[in-house]
Amino acid sequence: MTDFLNYLVNGISLGGTYALIALGFVVVFKATEVVNFAHGSLLVLGGYVIARLAGDVPFVVAVLLGCLVAAVGAVLVERLYSWRLRDSNVNALAILTIGIDILLITELTRRFGPDILPTGDPWGNAVVDLGIAKIAQARLVGIGVTAVLLVAFFVAFKYSSWGIAMRAGAEDGEAAALMGVRRGRVTMTAWAVAGVLAAVAAVFLCAFPTPGIDASVRQTALRAFPAAILGGLDSTAGAVVGGLAIGIAEAMTGGYGVRLAGGNLNDVVPYLVMLVVLLVRPSGLLGTRELTRV
Amino acid sequence: MSETATLPATAVPAQAQRRRRVRPSALARIGLIALLAVLPLYIDVGLLTIGLFAMAAVVAAIGLTILVGAAGQLSLAHAFFLAVGAYGYAYFAGSAGVAGASSATGLGLDPLLAAVLAVLVAGFVGLLFSPIASRLRGIYLGVASLSLVFIGEFLYENVRSVTGGFNGRAAPPFSLFGWEFTDANTLVVAGVPFGRFEKLWELFLIVLVLSYLFANNVLRGRMGRAMQTMRDSEVAAAVMGVDVRRTKAGVFVLSSMYAGLGGVMVALAFGRLTPSYFSLALSIGFLAAIVVGGLGSVGGAAVGAFFVTAGPLLITRYSSSLPFISASGSGGYDGGKAAALLYGLAVVLVVLFEPGGLAGLGQRLTGRRTARVLAPAPLTGSSKPEESS
Repeated sequence: MTDFLNYLVNGISLGGTYALIALGFVVVFKATEVVNFAHGSLLVLGGYVIARLAGDVPFVVAVLLGCLVAAVGAVLVERLYSWRLRDSNVNALAILTIGIDILLITELTRRFGPDILPTGDPWGNAVVDLGIAKIAQARLVGIGVTAVLLVAFFVAFKYSSWGIAMRAGAEDGEAAALMGVRRGRVTMTAWAVAGVLAAVAAVFLCAFPTPGIDASVRQTALRAFPAAILGGLDSTAGAVVGGLAIGIAEAMTGGYGVRLAGGNLNDVVPYLVMLVVLLVRPSGLLGTRELTRV
Repeated sequence: MSETATLPATAVPAQAQRRRRVRPSALARIGLIALLAVLPLYIDVGLLTIGLFAMAAVVAAIGLTILVGAAGQLSLAHAFFLAVGAYGYAYFAGSAGVAGASSATGLGLDPLLAAVLAVLVAGFVGLLFSPIASRLRGIYLGVASLSLVFIGEFLYENVRSVTGGFNGRAAPPFSLFGWEFTDANTLVVAGVPFGRFEKLWELFLIVLVLSYLFANNVLRGRMGRAMQTMRDSEVAAAVMGVDVRRTKAGVFVLSSMYAGLGGVMVALAFGRLTPSYFSLALSIGFLAAIVVGGLGSVGGAAVGAFFVTAGPLLITRYSSSLPFISASGSGGYDGGKAAALLYGLAVVLVVLFEPGGLAGLGQRLTGRRTARVLAPAPLTGSSKPEESS
């Protein structure tokens, strides 16, 4: 039972981080119909800035600057495609982001070299005993920060004029534009939000017990893609549900050591869960079903 | 390009005109093939190996351009199907009781039979994925196909009896009716000894030409037109009598078989298979290749795959005499990174400025227009024409 609670708490913390990444992915998709394959690289970019600044400036400043750089990076991607490719085929946009991803991750891999950089977070390797389960302090903070960010996001999404404008744009871009919604500004904000969420996720993805950040964190970040797909690409709530589901599934299979053919399954469990769910619900758990009008 | 045959019969004057213009390009192609055929007489083994990898990649890329370019199904799973072909060949042809460190076993079949079986198995695995593929639209499929790469990576390391685990396994050399493609029975052609690489070169060239012709014929036939209609609108395709689900399954099978064949060629060229080769980067490289070449164009895929595969190897080989390129591991831009930056940049530029890729660029430069059905995928064409303001 203790084991179970331990795994559950760790799964929730991991899932929360996945939810942050997936949410950025979904926000971008909702606002612009772009599936951003460069999202993992943007996360590494934010993490890289934070890790490079660690020690020179206070941690909070480093994180803020990391968020800023990731947000600026994301907005640049947005500017690049909307410069020439607005209203294009989704596959073309996805391929463009793959090209950007190649550029970004190659340069970041070169800059990291063989090093694994610590993010310089203040929690170190402290462990908190919750009574029912033990958890690394960094992960506990991660759950808290994630919860605050998610609530803030959903409040903003529902009540702020940006949120309303974005939802209007997602519903019917042309009508929204006619009503005075500035689509360019709305989509730029959406991309910036995605960048910020990714940079924050990088901190907690690379905190203890993970040794630090290097370019391979992108692989871990990619596991948030199944989370987004699982929940439904156009559902913000789905991103959170999917993130938690994937995180808990991964922590459970890892914790109980579920093995298949001699290997530990936890690395591939997100993808297996996604495939099974997609077989039953092709638009994800909470995604909008695609209707075809003839 | 010899698009002549596909023009509608009504366009007779244009066709006649085009036929005159096509002839030099057909001659150029035959010349290119002849040149490639005699190349082993002149270049060293290092370049030959690079060429073998490039040819394997071209075959696989042709499969991907049919799937992504012609049929519009975004797939990042190509590396996985390549691995199925490669490991499949090694398993079928490998001898049963291999002694030593490797735990990999095999069935000890005839290499030719093993190669054919490996390609069929790759196609079958593509068929197994098609229930998922045919239910998913567009971008969901792209992300879902990612999962195959990662599930594959897990399997390569863990199904040791087939793959040999992390350290990989050897792939047995090819032989045709008892005639081995090894250095053992070296032929001498025009004073040049034909060993393993030279023989494989000629074999690969034949396979490549056949794959190329076959793909072009498929794209121009009934199936190709069905795929292109499906790409442009599934509803319209269904209304026109195209069985969308079957077409999707068919194109997945065909594309995986091409990937499997490419995988077999990789196994033969390498002689050894390791899991790290079949990573996500390989899939992304193939995607970059077909985008740069021009989606849906078989010739473009060939050129693109050549650049993406041979580029890093050539840059590494000549790194000492190229500016800005540093040795591997020195923290600078080594061959692999320089080439990755180049093709990443190429993908971005192509999508932004020349959606037809190199094929489109070539057509523009030579002033030729293809028939509408064969035009490269409308990369930037609006998916929702009624919404473009």
